[in-house]
Amino acid sequence: MTTVATAKKPRLAVFKFASCDGCQLQLLDAEGQLRAIADQVEIDHFLEARSRSLPGPYDIGLVEGSISTPADIPRILEIRRQCRFLVTIGACATSGGIQALRNWGQVDEFLGAVYATPAYVQSLEKSTAIADHVPVDFELRGCPIDTRQLVELVSAVVVGRRPRVPTYSVCVECKMRGTVCVAVARGIACLGPVTQAGCDALCPAHDRECFGCFGPSQQPNLVSLNGFYERQGASRERLGRLVQSFNAWSPEFHAEHDRLAGGPDTEADR
Amino acid sequence: MPDSSSIPGDWRWLDADGLQILIDLLRGRGFRVVGPRIADGAIVIGDIDSAAQLPTGWLDDQDGGSYRLRQDKAAGTFDHVVGPHSLKNFLFPARETLQHWTRDDRGWHDTTPAEPPRPLAVIGVRGCDLAALAIQDRVFLGGDHVDPAYKARRERLFLLAVNCRRAAATCFCHSMGCGPAAGPGFDLALTETDGRFAVETGSEAGAALLAELAARGSPVTPAEILDEAAIEQVRDIPRRLGREMHARRAEPGRPVPRSLDTDGIRDLLFSNLEHPRWQQVADRCLSCANCTLVCPTCFCSSVSDVADLSGDHASRERQWASCFTLEHSQMHGGNARPTVASRYRQWLTHKLAGWIDQFGSSGCTGCGRCITWCPVGIDLTAEVAAIREAPTP
Ligand code: SF4
Ligand code: SF4
Ligand code: SF4
Ligand code: SF4
Repeated sequence: MTTVATAKKPRLAVFKFASCDGCQLQLLDAEGQLRAIADQVEIDHFLEARSRSLPGPYDIGLVEGSISTPADIPRILEIRRQCRFLVTIGACATSGGIQALRNWGQVDEFLGAVYATPAYVQSLEKSTAIADHVPVDFELRGCPIDTRQLVELVSAVVVGRRPRVPTYSVCVECKMRGTVCVAVARGIACLGPVTQAGCDALCPAHDRECFGCFGPSQQPNLVSLNGFYERQGASRERLGRLVQSFNAWSPEFHAEHDRLAGGPDTEADR
Repeated sequence: MPDSSSIPGDWRWLDADGLQILIDLLRGRGFRVVGPRIADGAIVIGDIDSAAQLPTGWLDDQDGGSYRLRQDKAAGTFDHVVGPHSLKNFLFPARETLQHWTRDDRGWHDTTPAEPPRPLAVIGVRGCDLAALAIQDRVFLGGDHVDPAYKARRERLFLLAVNCRRAAATCFCHSMGCGPAAGPGFDLALTETDGRFAVETGSEAGAALLAELAARGSPVTPAEILDEAAIEQVRDIPRRLGREMHARRAEPGRPVPRSLDTDGIRDLLFSNLEHPRWQQVADRCLSCANCTLVCPTCFCSSVSDVADLSGDHASRERQWASCFTLEHSQMHGGNARPTVASRYRQWLTHKLAGWIDQFGSSGCTGCGRCITWCPVGIDLTAEVAAIREAPTP
């Protein structure tokens, strides 16, 4: 991986595309750590936090949001040129976000239904991940991202080591904190076994199923998991909705949604 | 007046009030007391300060990927079996700081906390979990490399065991020779019968505690000593369960009672490394690692050195690891176990075969946790049976 360890402080820039700003807020929310981050890097472009903006090139670029409008495409190409190490932050940037639900519909119909003068609105047919348009050096998952992972990423990049961001399942975090499994003990369909860790199993620790905010884990076996949940009585409609949220357009959740929506599947019912 | 001197091997009666006095005595001696408690729909191991917190009248129904509690008026205090937690959660915690260093003007200083861990007393430890503890002791304390953090906690452990008189469908300790009778390895062991407890003394520490209890006298039954005939009757309670477990047969509409044929199991597995069953189970397996993390004998961890952003604080952190994650087998130049089939095979062959070469015993005690807490109910006893039924020629 590229290291950005230089004699001078690395220059950091934060960019926003189609998103809710929640991931940038996580950076501001790093509280005590934010000053330590500011000591390690020059924050040269971060409009959510300060009006001063210095031109590139930057050492580290954090990109929030998905590619959603025609204007986004030349902009992300230019940002890629300006950043040595490009990191996508959050579900929008890594898989298209909740706004990618429109990818299953007709954008023109939505525009007509929502806006008085649809002609003023320019929108792409699909909301897509940053990596669908430019090479990405690292992805921070989550909706929103986890502050601890963000601090870990910045510390690692500053000294030129690989960030410790696991790709195993949420179940690992669930067991490490001693949480009782909601799937096994309550029969609630939980996405934890196929979702990447990072939230410290937040929802199961509060008696709720995992909603898949961090996207697919390494080698996710959605067909087996949902087959088991179906045999336990969960409907395909409910299971389809569960994968069709913040990371709906990630290749694995996307394929699973469409498989569930396509009716009985012999392979799944083995 | 009851006789107040107890020695290992002694048996005494205890009533529910006596159990409370035992808890009070342990707390008075500075122990953190933990035991079975209901939390979030399961019986976990949590802090206990009153015997009323124990799950009297509750039973657990367990099957592959399923755990449900239910109330039963006839159930005693310990008629549930093992839940998602085990002694491992306490002796080999999921996350631990092994070292901590701080830098100032004069250089680096070892700022690792030095105070010894708080003594821990665990109520309700079963035969399978005493066996698991003996296995973890071999891993962490055996040989040349003793784990100091584990050792410090182990030396401050008091075990109040329980002899099972009910088993779940997922329990197969009878196949592994680890239960349902508890022991050896406990300080005191309880057998519940007719609303009171027979207590067997297993160690000097247990004897001392029981002596103190007898000296106090519990208001209802003054910790009287059992005679030979009574001891025999009490001993027969877990033995009877063991015989029942050997005789259990599958019944329609009920969870299959588990058992494992361990005859020649090491050679069976090692001579079937290319069996098609590994791929069949991999098609179901999520590689989620739950089985390894709930297993009371699995001991893998990963250690990383972590510095804060200022670079003035560094620590060496250990956390649980699992052979089901890709990280576990990632090496320079590639991954040694890139497929789920190879990782499932690693888990099963290590647990049931390689462990015998490595530590002189099976790595499985028959506690059934990996079956219950697998989100898709994968059952190692069924996997072994399938290979045994049709081994590769
Ligand atoms: S609650 Fe969900 S994330 Fe936690 S162990 Fe169960 S399936 Fe995995
Ligand atoms: S496996 Fe045996 S010792 Fe363990 S809880 Fe079940 S019956 Fe008791
Ligand atoms: S392999 Fe399964 S049954 Fe055996 S000790 Fe581990 S968790 Fe218990
Ligand atoms: S056997 Fe079950 S618990 Fe273990 S990794 Fe596979 S799916 Fe997860």
